[in-house]
Amino acid sequence: MTTPDDVLYCRIGLMPYRIHQRLPAVRPLLILLLVLVFRLPAPAQPGARSREVTIAAASDLRYAMDALTATFRRRQPAIKVNVVYGSSGKFFQQISRNAPFDLFFSADIDYPRQLQQKALTASPIQTYAIGRLVLWSPTIDPNTLGLKTLLDPSIRTIAIANPLHAPYGKRAEESLRHYGLYDQVKARFVKGENIAQTAQFVSSGAADIGIIALALAMSPPLKAQGRYFLIPANTHTSLEQGYVVLKRARNNKAAFTFASFLTTPPAKAILKQYGFAMPN
Amino acid sequence: MTDDFSQTLLLTLSLAGLTTAVLLVIGIPLAYWLAYGTFRLKPFVEAVVSLPLVLPPTVTGFYLLIAFSEDSMLGYWLINTLGLRLNFTFTGILVGSLFYSLPFMVHPIQSGFQNLPASLREASFTLGKSELTTLGRVLLPNIKPALLSGMVLAFAHTIGEFGLVLMIGGNIPGKTRVASIAIYDEVESLNYDRANAYALVLLGLTFSILLVLFWFNKKLRTRTFI
Repeated sequence: MTTPDDVLYCRIGLMPYRIHQRLPAVRPLLILLLVLVFRLPAPAQPGARSREVTIAAASDLRYAMDALTATFRRRQPAIKVNVVYGSSGKFFQQISRNAPFDLFFSADIDYPRQLQQKALTASPIQTYAIGRLVLWSPTIDPNTLGLKTLLDPSIRTIAIANPLHAPYGKRAEESLRHYGLYDQVKARFVKGENIAQTAQFVSSGAADIGIIALALAMSPPLKAQGRYFLIPANTHTSLEQGYVVLKRARNNKAAFTFASFLTTPPAKAILKQYGFAMPN
Repeated sequence: MTDDFSQTLLLTLSLAGLTTAVLLVIGIPLAYWLAYGTFRLKPFVEAVVSLPLVLPPTVTGFYLLIAFSEDSMLGYWLINTLGLRLNFTFTGILVGSLFYSLPFMVHPIQSGFQNLPASLREASFTLGKSELTTLGRVLLPNIKPALLSGMVLAFAHTIGEFGLVLMIGGNIPGKTRVASIAIYDEVESLNYDRANAYALVLLGLTFSILLVLFWFNKKLRTRTFI
């Protein structure tokens, strides 16, 4: 039994350093930590910037953009494309605070326009598609009643994107107001942070039905899972979608290469395949 | 698995490793000061150190986001004088993690110091040893279990952090997309397999870290009087 006094005597040299030596040392752990800190790559700093593009994309593009970057990679294997998905409103806030994105694909062209006014862009704004809303569910067929399906009392939760910062959520609210349904159904809303999360709520069964983007309803994981009702475009303001090269990328050739790729026929074909109606 | 997967995990580990290393350097003097110091503002400092324990990480993240942006005085100074952009960068989430995991490093070390018999320190001083020598040769070797706890908890807690990194990091691959954020992202894209892979790695890693901690501490406790 080691008493405090023994340890004390040991420490001040009146006893051999026995106890001290027998303790499992913190030292190996410290060494491990140091190895970890110095061995691990310092996370990539913008060095070979012109060979790398970081894209902020509205989350209705989640699958279409994956297809676009796959095609782009075959044409430009030297350029590394990173895509981050989220709600357009959130990206707008982040880009306003100098988030390191090179290109911004917004589900609402108003956000790139505001960035342009703040002088945070490096190219003209291009419209790439008009987005469409659908009512989608894996369990209920919304085609017979359209949006009135939502009045069915057996539906307990309705997923929509957060109207505050997700364009699809904002338009969903407008559409419901157009039909005079908003006040009757709003108590059953669950709000996704962006449109992809909204779709995930419905797909996982956490919500019974949801108002999501046509592009997501047509995407490989959701296509076979449920049925959708296309909400008439004249019931809400247009979901004109635009992209822009950001100020940060004004010297990044790769960003402009990707931007011009979007105007090529193969890129347009991919967008069309995912239900992004092209502007005339 | 793919590059992205290992990149994300490496990034997570290097964030946790760096956070732990820096916190160890900050934590020992801070804990020493809190354990032995007598000054009027001590409760204030203790409250600040413990704040991240009770504050939702999103609150911490929100304030840091504001503080780091160029509109604030601190952010303006960081960006224009030091050239340090902290929002949406690795350095930024490192600074956030340092704040967020601080109590997990300081508290075990502080109570380690406080649980040592005062006679140890006094005897060393009586024998003419300086405060620094006493710390290095007498106190620290005697609170190894506490040091171990602090390091392990800070490391594991940094791996598990989510809200703060999401707020100030912005989910940028290779820079601020750590494993916990990647899981959220993969679930959102209905990529459950991928989310599961990340989740399993995190579960395994944190469980084995805690296992090592409790196993070591059990061994240590039988040999020392802490």
